[in-house]
Amino acid sequence: MSEEASTAEAKLPKDVAAEKGLVNVQIDGVWRQVPKGTRMIEACRSFGTIVPHYCYHPKLSSPGNCRMCLVQMGMPPRPTPGQDPTYDEDGYQPIGWMPRPVIACANTVAENMGIRTGGELVENVREGVMEFLLINHPLDCPICDQAGECRLQEHSVGHGRGHSRFVDMKVKKPKNVDIGPRIRLDDERCIMCSRCIRFMDEVAGDPVLGFTQRGTYTTLTVHPGRKLDSNYSLNTADICPVGALTSNDFRFQMRVWFLKETPSIDVNCGTGANITIWTRGETVYRITPRQNDEVNSCWMPDSHRLNFHYIDSDERLTEPLLRDGASHRQSSWPDAIAKVVDALKSHAAEEIAIIGSSRATNEELHLIRKLADQLGTEHLTTVPRIGESDGILIAADRNPNTNGCKLVWRREDPAFRLSAIRDGVREGRIKVLLNFGEDLTAEAGFDVADFEKLDCLVSMLLLAGPTAEASDVVLPGAAFAEKRGSMVNVTGRLQRLNRALEPRGHARDDWEVLRDLSAGVSNVSPFDASQPQLIEDVFRDMASTVSEFDGLNLSKIGDLGLPVTETGVTIPHLEDERARKAAGQIVG
Amino acid sequence: MAVIKVKRPELGAGEKFYLGAIFKGFLVTMKHAIDSLRGKTRGAKDLASSGLGATMQYPEQKWDESMPEYYRGAPALVTDEQDRERCVSCQLCEFICPPKAIKITPGEIPSDDPWAKVEKRPKEFEIDMIRCIYCGMCEEVCPEQAIYLRKDYAITGLDREQMVHDKKRLYEIGGKRVGLVNKWNELK
Repeated sequence: MSEEASTAEAKLPKDVAAEKGLVNVQIDGVWRQVPKGTRMIEACRSFGTIVPHYCYHPKLSSPGNCRMCLVQMGMPPRPTPGQDPTYDEDGYQPIGWMPRPVIACANTVAENMGIRTGGELVENVREGVMEFLLINHPLDCPICDQAGECRLQEHSVGHGRGHSRFVDMKVKKPKNVDIGPRIRLDDERCIMCSRCIRFMDEVAGDPVLGFTQRGTYTTLTVHPGRKLDSNYSLNTADICPVGALTSNDFRFQMRVWFLKETPSIDVNCGTGANITIWTRGETVYRITPRQNDEVNSCWMPDSHRLNFHYIDSDERLTEPLLRDGASHRQSSWPDAIAKVVDALKSHAAEEIAIIGSSRATNEELHLIRKLADQLGTEHLTTVPRIGESDGILIAADRNPNTNGCKLVWRREDPAFRLSAIRDGVREGRIKVLLNFGEDLTAEAGFDVADFEKLDCLVSMLLLAGPTAEASDVVLPGAAFAEKRGSMVNVTGRLQRLNRALEPRGHARDDWEVLRDLSAGVSNVSPFDASQPQLIEDVFRDMASTVSEFDGLNLSKIGDLGLPVTETGVTIPHLEDERARKAAGQIVG
Repeated sequence: MAVIKVKRPELGAGEKFYLGAIFKGFLVTMKHAIDSLRGKTRGAKDLASSGLGATMQYPEQKWDESMPEYYRGAPALVTDEQDRERCVSCQLCEFICPPKAIKITPGEIPSDDPWAKVEKRPKEFEIDMIRCIYCGMCEEVCPEQAIYLRKDYAITGLDREQMVHDKKRLYEIGGKRVGLVNKWNELK
């Protein structure tokens, strides 16, 4: 102890910090150590002081054009020739405060720097910036979709002056401009932060947005002859701090303060972008990306974000259906399960085939695997869904859980038996086909005529269609927003889905239906002690057989997921982002 | 917190023997009975009572004319001088409503509408008058001066559906209201 004290005494704080690659910064009167090269705004954020800002975004370059993050900065006065620096009793040099504020977003910290995020000067400049920004603001918050999550509203309350001194006419700019298929622009609300312009340039790689005119007439526009039609355009509405860019899909649907946020993951491709599902009652109103720097950064593609309207569409199946002649009749769950169990029991194992889905969760795949083992059938497969990677966030594998299926089923290629099953059905060797969640006439390559040779086609589906039409038993399943479970993405990261809604109508959680089928086959009640009663029970059972999930449970996965296996696959956008971070272009 | 002990008042012998108070009550009743027969009750004139007491013979007689300006009756939507529906469905009243009586379905104003620049108006606006507690929070919170508590108090219906005021009914009750802030004028 005494030895340490004596060495610390000998060393100045700047030398102690420098050894660790840190610098000493005084933030609001308290000396802190932060890594060298940190932006002032991030240094303040890491100690819990949020400097208000509009244009700064850690994943984009920092032009410093909104001037909202102005703070007071000070450095030790430069010594006159021959003068030795003076140190106070703690070993810090006195700070000479600069008379003018600096922007916190684009300046980096330095040794012995002082930052004041409050005080008279800072508060006055913030009030001044707010007054300038509000000069031409149309104040149409009652009709603006951003109201409730608008930075301008928030900072206006926090740092505005409460009334306007501006007596001249406000500048008129285009309102309600159709600049793209999914985005609406209101130029009067724009505060010229240029986040959208930088996003389209730096992340989406399609620089179609820009400013025209000058001064107070500066207008955000799309390049002549072009539209803001990138598959990442809706991210501009997310990062827009005001209501200038809003989503056409969400336009005037619901005010954000009514919506409940559920963290979950996207199931449209193998990336498994982290999302927030925004619901009110039993309706999903929108889906937005959730930051996860190991998966999707802060973004997600529009095609995936908007793919949720089927959840409450007219095609959604909500009742168990049994074939009745040419059409179907509504049935009850016990009857439908009994019908399936009868069909399974009256056929030999080699006459039964199961088509699972890599869109199912690990828990469901585990139960499918157990059902197959129970029946003794070898005919078990998934349906591959390979597209093309877009080089940003969409993975080539359009199944969200191919890696989970590999782990849970212990197979290198879970889909390799698909063609054998298809041939078996066509040749009449397979008599009962259990289909869990796939539209067989689409990617699986079946024709409706193939099903005529089957004794019984059982489909657990979300939507009506040719497969449901051809099925003898239709079991309505739960959509991704209606279930809890886990998936493994292309990089081998275990991530969790959370339930934001109850399943529609009489649809049930898929794992419960699988449990009931399995219990029926083994002639026990689904509520028997041997059967799982909670999704957590299924995970525990699965973790005992899958070594990668050892010691985990659904709660431990957390909202950001955990890496469980090495796949060697990387997400192109993250590589790009890391390169830009390493080059110092972004904070990251 | 300091505890203040309140002492019960000591009752005298006459107060403990409550028969006196009962007779006092009889006398008050008798006084009102005689006053009403003589037509001298309070409110006999201004409340236009029947002359047979202070009681107004509702519903044959109503006190609608003497209702104060600040009376809080049924909430209703109003239109302005140009017959524009003032509500832009910002849903603040739905949010503030303590008994959750208001349900709004927002909608977009089509571009061929003369008021297309307002962009937004309610597609459906329902107030469940079984739930409404006439608190007036909706009127207070409205940024567009579109919802007012009017003087309608006799809200009746034969079933629950009839007690839900839809948009049409709300504009019927509300009617036109002039002299409000003209926010969506030609300068806007």
